[in-house]
Amino acid sequence: MATPSRVVGTAQSRLDGPAKVTGAAKYAAEFTAPDLAHGVVVSSAIAKGRITAIDTSAAEAVPGVIKVFTHENRPRTAWLDYNYRDQVAPPGSPFRALNGPEIVYGGQPVALVVAESFELARYGATLVRIAYAEDVPNTDLEKNREAAYVPPKKRSGIKPPPDPRGDAAGAFEAAPIRLRQEYKQAIEHHNPMEPHASTVVYEGEGKLTIHDKIQGVNNTQGYVCSVFGLKPDDVRVITPYVGGGFGSGLRPQYQLYLAVSAALDLKRSVRVVLTRDQMFTFGYRPETYQTVALGADEDGRLQALTHDAVAGTSTFEDYQEAVVNWSGLLYHCPNVTLDYKLAKIDTYTPADMRAPGAVTGIFALESAMDELAYATGIDPLELRLRNYAERDEGEGKDFTSKALRAAYQQGAARFGWSRRKAEPRAMRDGRELVGWGMATGVWEAMMMQSSASATLTPDGRLDVACSTADLGTGTYTILAQIGADALGLPLDHVTTRLGDTALPEAPLAGGSWTAASSGAAVQAACRKVAETLFGYARGLPESPLANADLAHVTFAEGEIRLQADPSRKVSIAEAMRAGGVDRVEATGSVKPDMLTTTRYAAYTHSAVFAEVKVDEELGVVRVTRVVSAIAAGRILNLKTARSQILGGVVMGIGAALEEESMLDHSLGLFMNHNLGEYHVPVNADIHDIEVIFVDEPDDKVSPLGVKGLGEIGIVGTAAAVANAVYHATGKRIRDLPITIDKIIG
Amino acid sequence: MNRFAYTRAGTVQEAVQALAADPAARFIAGGTNLVDLMKYNVERPGRLVDITRLPLDEIVQHEGGLRLGALVPNATVAYDPLVNERYPLLASALLAGASPQLRNAATTGGNLLQRTRCYYFYDEGTPCNKRQPGSGCPAMTGVNRIHAILGASDQCIATHPSDMCVALAALEAVVQVEGPDGRRAIPFADFHRLPGDEPQNDTTLRHGEIVLSVDLPDEDFSKHYTYLKLRDRLSYAFALVSVAAALEMDGDTIRTARLALGGVAHKPWRNAEAEDRLVGRPANPETFREAADVILAEARPYTHNAFKVELARRAIVRGLSQAAAGTPQSQTDKRIA
Repeated sequence: MATPSRVVGTAQSRLDGPAKVTGAAKYAAEFTAPDLAHGVVVSSAIAKGRITAIDTSAAEAVPGVIKVFTHENRPRTAWLDYNYRDQVAPPGSPFRALNGPEIVYGGQPVALVVAESFELARYGATLVRIAYAEDVPNTDLEKNREAAYVPPKKRSGIKPPPDPRGDAAGAFEAAPIRLRQEYKQAIEHHNPMEPHASTVVYEGEGKLTIHDKIQGVNNTQGYVCSVFGLKPDDVRVITPYVGGGFGSGLRPQYQLYLAVSAALDLKRSVRVVLTRDQMFTFGYRPETYQTVALGADEDGRLQALTHDAVAGTSTFEDYQEAVVNWSGLLYHCPNVTLDYKLAKIDTYTPADMRAPGAVTGIFALESAMDELAYATGIDPLELRLRNYAERDEGEGKDFTSKALRAAYQQGAARFGWSRRKAEPRAMRDGRELVGWGMATGVWEAMMMQSSASATLTPDGRLDVACSTADLGTGTYTILAQIGADALGLPLDHVTTRLGDTALPEAPLAGGSWTAASSGAAVQAACRKVAETLFGYARGLPESPLANADLAHVTFAEGEIRLQADPSRKVSIAEAMRAGGVDRVEATGSVKPDMLTTTRYAAYTHSAVFAEVKVDEELGVVRVTRVVSAIAAGRILNLKTARSQILGGVVMGIGAALEEESMLDHSLGLFMNHNLGEYHVPVNADIHDIEVIFVDEPDDKVSPLGVKGLGEIGIVGTAAAVANAVYHATGKRIRDLPITIDKIIG
Repeated sequence: MNRFAYTRAGTVQEAVQALAADPAARFIAGGTNLVDLMKYNVERPGRLVDITRLPLDEIVQHEGGLRLGALVPNATVAYDPLVNERYPLLASALLAGASPQLRNAATTGGNLLQRTRCYYFYDEGTPCNKRQPGSGCPAMTGVNRIHAILGASDQCIATHPSDMCVALAALEAVVQVEGPDGRRAIPFADFHRLPGDEPQNDTTLRHGEIVLSVDLPDEDFSKHYTYLKLRDRLSYAFALVSVAAALEMDGDTIRTARLALGGVAHKPWRNAEAEDRLVGRPANPETFREAADVILAEARPYTHNAFKVELARRAIVRGLSQAAAGTPQSQTDKRIA
């Protein structure tokens, strides 16, 4: 069976675009139900201590307020921590809202006011009176670094740093060029446009339909069933659209727990929506201190590399991400030691945030590599080429593919890197200093077990479906493209359905694995449809395909055609008539090939080039150009792929220059908890961003040759910008974000 | 958010009476700040008196200058031909602030009454002397990189957030108000106040007084001016430091100088001595630095905002240079001139 690629690999607009821009697309807080009640969360004003008294009488006296839930009257739920662990929970005791009077972090939910209207609930929430006994919060990571520890239990799916290779300490001492520096990543909150929300529809007879802000409906379903003792058949989760996640929606959050609690207790439908302030009361990218030491010979060849990190986590869970591992695989180096530790602070548990660990670790490594370039007098790009890793030396594996060299070359050519003057402060544009910096990016190319269905009808229309989420990434569109090509249909004959636990199960949308995983599942399902349909076509009386087998036909334009003689053909409708069916439906399931994953390392790579213009005197940095050259295997949709990278680069510029959640350590609270004061880039901050996809055939990484694009765009961008700032000004800033005070300081 | 009553005033007199009769009442016009504050439970008015139908929405020529009605939207002022011809400093400052959507909704009078962006003021879970007098000021030892370096008190180190007001301070506008006791004119320098022992009071406006107009005097700084705003991103952020400079020049010599700073104090900051130092002097960096030194001699930084002192010094020098050279800062090209 030949399936010529006709729409896969082209630029296609998002199929869900019109629904989103016209408001037809419904998000979790937009679903409604008869008799819907509204819950508003009351957040703790302190970060540590206990509630000594909570008075809900004034709130409950408001006509229209139905009930105020607190730790004193909350419905009973599961007892064991085990029941609260969702699919991606790190080791520890997951946070339980309203579990008791103890306050373990600032902004912790302490009451839910449920009322007949949102306005009444919000008013009622202002009337809840709480008395606290305060303890001194401990939120300053720097003061807890000495107490850092290697996490005793590893987080599932996160590889701990590989064992040391060679003798990094000895090789460092012996190296003619040595540098050791400390780098710091600030706390960042995801801040998707859509706030977290859950609409729980009470269907009666113990059944619930839940619309939850989540990056995978199965995670919500599993959590709710486990915590509330419900059966999967009684809990359907439907979230067709997610207004941005960036990882904040991987784990079920407390508004879900509260909404389900209230719905079951009141036996009516309940919606709970968090405010923007409350979006700062759960996961975030953790603050991380890192030390990178590089030893090299005079030619810039790495002899020793150590990379240590200490990251913050909560007092109740050991959140872990891969911060230092990248340093073991990105460059050829015989002597490497990597170390990753945690320190506990009185905040909520950190959460995966776009390229978790890599954003942090690569900023440090690629800043250090830039410093090495100046220390050796070697061009930063040339330095990376000299240390190019032909295989993953961290794990001792070959790569499934690695076209990073092409990314370096094409990115540099497009950027004009060869015209760069090596010396810092050597390039000017009027009053502004001009800086050109570059960095490498890397992210895992993962594929997960995944299922999908495909349903073909006689009119040549195909529906493909699975439970994964489209976070605004283009999943609806690429799955339709894959289905269209698999059965030779025009794209507008294919529909995609997502975000429903009634559909075949797909993994959480995260880790950049959705295209590879759900894409392969759709293809597998379509393949089964093709087989069935071909069987019917062959069974036609005097079938023109009677003696053919599947390998010798093509699906095109609603027909099954013999490749050798396309005039011998059977239409989809004829085949279905022959089979006596009005549809052909199949479910396909795929999982990663264990032999391949054991033998090979699979990564996406990028080469990021950034130009900054700096008014040094006033500390103003403008990122005037970025070229991001991406090696990510097969690209399914040039338009949504480019958009993914543009978004990643913009977020990387934010990490470089703006994003920081500021803690008041006396109060233990984040203070800039709104979009006016937590800065992300605005249009004025963003100029030319050019995206290049280099050719990278890969027959091992996943059935479609796809590696995924969700994270790679952000990785390395902050380092490229920071390196450009150094080239412009001669000032090395090692703690992000690079704000005005650091430039003029 | 609290429950509140709502009334719409048909005349200025009705508006004044409605407020005078109810200590818990507030005027609402564009609502771009008040509604936010209500959602944060910082403001809990018992009654909102809607003044948007009052006839205060015109820009007219007045005593050789311009009279900006209190309800003229910020966007209208920013793009008004007469404002741009005669008071381009004001137009520039308006375009340096907020976003197009906010400027469309926000009014001239409301802009004067914007409240601080101090994090603690907006967070009802924390102490704040401005929100709750006597409760304390955690900003003094907390997260204070955006806070005041001039004119603060041991009660409050918040800054005034408006860009427009910094220009109006330099232009020596006059605020016309009407209250239960009649009309009065408030010179701009006296409209906003320093925190002192009453940080809850941002202005000298009395309860029941309504802003009728902002009057711009018959002066001409249209050749030598600038509004230079420095912030944590290139648009849609409040000023860390801003400079409104307005000069009259005789060749290279400064004849008249006005200089107001934003982002550094509880009100747009002016210093008469520094302006006097500029007059009669050649327009060069030494002169400008001297003026900056005078202004910043009394600066008092806190844990995280010491950089503002040096940033203000450099911004003053650059702003005065831009004004003297007749090359004002563009608010669309983010390159600093």
